Amino acid sequence: MMKKSAEKIYIALIILFMYAPIVTLIALSFNNSRTRAKWGGFTLRWYGALFENQAIMQALYNTLAVALLSAAAATLIGTVAALSISGMRRRSRTIFMSITNIPMLNAEIVTGISLMLLFLSFGIRFGFGTILLSHITFNIPYVILSVLPRTKQLNPSIYEAALDLGASRFQAFFRVVLPDLLPGILSGFLMAFTMSLDDFIITHFTKGPGVDTLSTKIYTEVKKGIKPEMYALSALIFLTVLILLLLVNYRPKLQKPSVSVAERK
Amino acid sequence: MRKKTDKKTGGFGTISLRRSAMSAPYLFWAVAFIIIPLLMIFYYGLTDKTGAFTLANVAAIAYAEHSKALWLALGLSLISTVICLILAYPLALILSQRKLSQQSFLVLIFILPMWMNFLLRTLAWQTLLEKTGVLNSVLSFLGLPALNIINTPGAIILGMVYNFLPFMILPLYNALTKIDPNVINAAHDLGANGVQTFCRVIFPLSIPGVISGITMVFVPALTTFVISNLLGGSKILLIGNVIEQEFTQAGNWHLGSGLSIVLMIFILVNMVLTNIFDKNGEGTVL
Repeated sequence: MMKKSAEKIYIALIILFMYAPIVTLIALSFNNSRTRAKWGGFTLRWYGALFENQAIMQALYNTLAVALLSAAAATLIGTVAALSISGMRRRSRTIFMSITNIPMLNAEIVTGISLMLLFLSFGIRFGFGTILLSHITFNIPYVILSVLPRTKQLNPSIYEAALDLGASRFQAFFRVVLPDLLPGILSGFLMAFTMSLDDFIITHFTKGPGVDTLSTKIYTEVKKGIKPEMYALSALIFLTVLILLLLVNYRPKLQKPSVSVAERK
Repeated sequence: MRKKTDKKTGGFGTISLRRSAMSAPYLFWAVAFIIIPLLMIFYYGLTDKTGAFTLANVAAIAYAEHSKALWLALGLSLISTVICLILAYPLALILSQRKLSQQSFLVLIFILPMWMNFLLRTLAWQTLLEKTGVLNSVLSFLGLPALNIINTPGAIILGMVYNFLPFMILPLYNALTKIDPNVINAAHDLGANGVQTFCRVIFPLSIPGVISGITMVFVPALTTFVISNLLGGSKILLIGNVIEQEFTQAGNWHLGSGLSIVLMIFILVNMVLTNIFDKNGEGTVL
């Protein structure tokens, strides 16, 4: 009993440590004062002002667009790469996995600088495109690493059975192999999306003037003081993610009926 | 050659739709955006403005201002890594012993903060740690002396631990849940007490998780420039700050690249260590 309550206290302390800043940010989003140092009473006005702030809305749009596009592109390239890596012999496999591990193990600042030097040397104009290319680059490894374990579980006989039963290669791939890979592909996509959303360092080095994501916008505001609208936005994002996660967590109960529908088909 | 490969992979050879053609897009991408950019750092780091070969940019790490920043970064990131390990291990152990339904929910709770922008979360610590901040208000309410840690190395360590703790929890948790409970039961049956079981069974089996956790905390902590910027005031410079300034303010890419090469040596050592412990060659990161 002693041990159980000690464990609970420990978990609670770590949760307090992890969530203290988040509670602070949410509290600041209701603060009716322009500076974060003073409490000026409760207000909801930052939530209204947020949607009229063109600069923040544009940064939000850029962030989401980069995250969605880069996660989608990385999922496509990464899934194809994982499939081909799974069939490789040991040596080429080791080479490919080492290359894949470079962006994961290397420091973000080095990755950012190396891409910045690349774009500079080849005269590529810095802007939305360079951010997107960089994000795809650091997202691909996450997809490969989450799809690769799934390819090991594939049973070649099933694919061959599909071929024997008259499916074309493409049909067999899309209707037999792909569904088996899907959980890995989805978690790779989600991981890539999250990494892209939260990235600051690589974006900092590869963005052009005038193009901002939320992270780079916040960074430039640090010196002048963060606009309270930003706190409101981050509180909204947090709430959205929280609700989504809770939904995903209770999904098993909702899934049963949909499975039976699929079976009836 | 290709036919040989197909035979070796068995009946799956047909699925390969010509495997080498399938690996082409990724190979192209990796060469263009991973390999060539890295080579550019080496090119810039090992040449001067006229394009002549020089080691001066790498040797510049010996300048007092640079070496001081490197040692400080090494020290702070080592301390943070150790603190993360000490905090995360018991937590991962507790989580891995919970009921399965509780586990996934609790793990989500520790990942959830990562969805709030990392700069804002770090900035929030300013509000918490300031002289008149939340922490000191609580302390004075309890009649305790005020803490003055904002703009000190201590605040940077706190920021590092706060930001990178989930990266330690996850690999540890993954390694611990992979341990077969029968192995632990066997140890108990053979007369090992709790401490012995931990030291001789659980901990050795969790080493891959410890190693990948250490890598995932140490590298970003060593190279950060954001945390030191936000919580250390602008006076404490880490090696990451020095490199960042060379690129964005001083515009000396050669020096910045030279110092990055030094940084990569430390990362390389780390990579070699992880490869030794990670025999599958797949990474235990996920």
